[in-house]
Amino acid sequence: MIHIKKYHTNNQYMHPRTIEEITILPGKNRSGNIENFSSITIRPGDTISIVGPTGSGKSALVNDIEIFAHGDTVTGRTILVNGEQAPEDFVRDPAKKPVALITQNTKCLADMAVEDFLEMHVRSRKMTDERIVEKTIALANEFTGEKIRPGVRMTSLSGGQTRSLMVADAIIISNAPIILLDEVENAGIFKEKVIECLRTHQKALIFVTHDPVVSLLSAKRIVMKNGAVECILEPGDEEKEALAEIIRMDQTFCRMRELIRAGEIIRSVNPV
Amino acid sequence: MKLIVIAGPPSAGKTAVVKQVIKRYSGEKRCAYLKIDVVRAFEDEELAAEFGIPTKKVYSGDVCPDHVGILVMKDAIGWAASERADIFIVESAGLCLRCSPFTTQSLGIVVLSAISGVNTPLKMSAMLALSDIAVVTRTDLVSQAEKEVFREKIREVNEGLDIIETNAVQGTGLRYLFRAIDEQAEISDPEKIVLKGAPPLGVCTICVGKKEIGWQNHFGVIRKLEGADFLFRGD
Repeated sequence: MIHIKKYHTNNQYMHPRTIEEITILPGKNRSGNIENFSSITIRPGDTISIVGPTGSGKSALVNDIEIFAHGDTVTGRTILVNGEQAPEDFVRDPAKKPVALITQNTKCLADMAVEDFLEMHVRSRKMTDERIVEKTIALANEFTGEKIRPGVRMTSLSGGQTRSLMVADAIIISNAPIILLDEVENAGIFKEKVIECLRTHQKALIFVTHDPVVSLLSAKRIVMKNGAVECILEPGDEEKEALAEIIRMDQTFCRMRELIRAGEIIRSVNPV
Repeated sequence: MKLIVIAGPPSAGKTAVVKQVIKRYSGEKRCAYLKIDVVRAFEDEELAAEFGIPTKKVYSGDVCPDHVGILVMKDAIGWAASERADIFIVESAGLCLRCSPFTTQSLGIVVLSAISGVNTPLKMSAMLALSDIAVVTRTDLVSQAEKEVFREKIREVNEGLDIIETNAVQGTGLRYLFRAIDEQAEISDPEKIVLKGAPPLGVCTICVGKKEIGWQNHFGVIRKLEGADFLFRGD
């Protein structure tokens, strides 16, 4: 005899997947003092960077958002969705989860072709759009310099290609309104392109980062210290010139990287 | 006293889940822990050192560990009760995955690792079918697509199963496991505890170490090449 306990879905928790805003309410730092902010609101289209030294609590903040903490994590923070506690299936069912978390540890383990891998994901979501796999690969190719072919195996993709594909998968197949990227920026993806694309898709994008381009491109910077939010910077135009300069430098790096890959001799950092 | 039975393949993260449970209830409830393993186990010493709780281990040697777990379970409940435990956790090695060590009057937790490949749930269907909760560990390490497919495969085996995804080392997402433990009823009558299903617990003479080939050298449930199904040989 097989004993099966039914999975309860409480109807009062059945929300549409529309997210107007996410609110972070303060918890405590490691010394037990309340964090230095009243609330942080994240809306579709926002870009936010979380910065701070190792051990300052960046990943803990991202984890709080990912599981919609309600005072039950080490930080004591509460994360609200549209002003209310998140419905349980937002946390428990990955297909209903509005948050896609991609970290430096996230890997694709299945030894499958790219198109089969995406097809498997599409099938598990019971989606019917026949061109969705093609669209996802096309978007991923906008993020990376090395083209991803549909027939290549997942396990032979480069780090940059894998990240690009995961971000494209999160946007198109998962259709997650909030995307959390934990220190994945240095893996050969076009940062500006990703940020621009996520803005046009009306996704909220949260980076844990040490990267100058990503930090300055974000409208808001949350600065972490001693396990807590230390302050929130909104530099506006103050960093405009520095941003333009760092983007130029970044483009130079990207160009040089491609030339080195192509086997060229580099005689000048800025070739005419 | 509440009884929790935890099973799952080697290195799935069973002990990491156990540690999170003990940590969650420390200072509030008294936990006792029994580990059943085949040749070597260290978890009992680790947990006793880290949390100062009463622990015990049993080596099953040549016999299936799940079988031994069932044989010793009643004595073990008596031991945990004499230690005045509120929560008694039994962790089983769970090696062949055809067995299911889950009993009535307990919370049966199966632990699976998300990195073990998307078809793993199908390979351990007996254990999944009779468990109350599946805890999927290391979900922080795999892509969204694989996480979703893994879940689909678990549901294929046991549609109604409660699934909890976690990075067990950090303890993320375990609030739903703790809720299930809170809601779990106490053991009402140890005399009436039975296995939830009949597992394929082979205890033939090969299981206990006789290496000779040929049914003529064995007792218990035997089989000839031609003409017969399984036969019983012996008293």
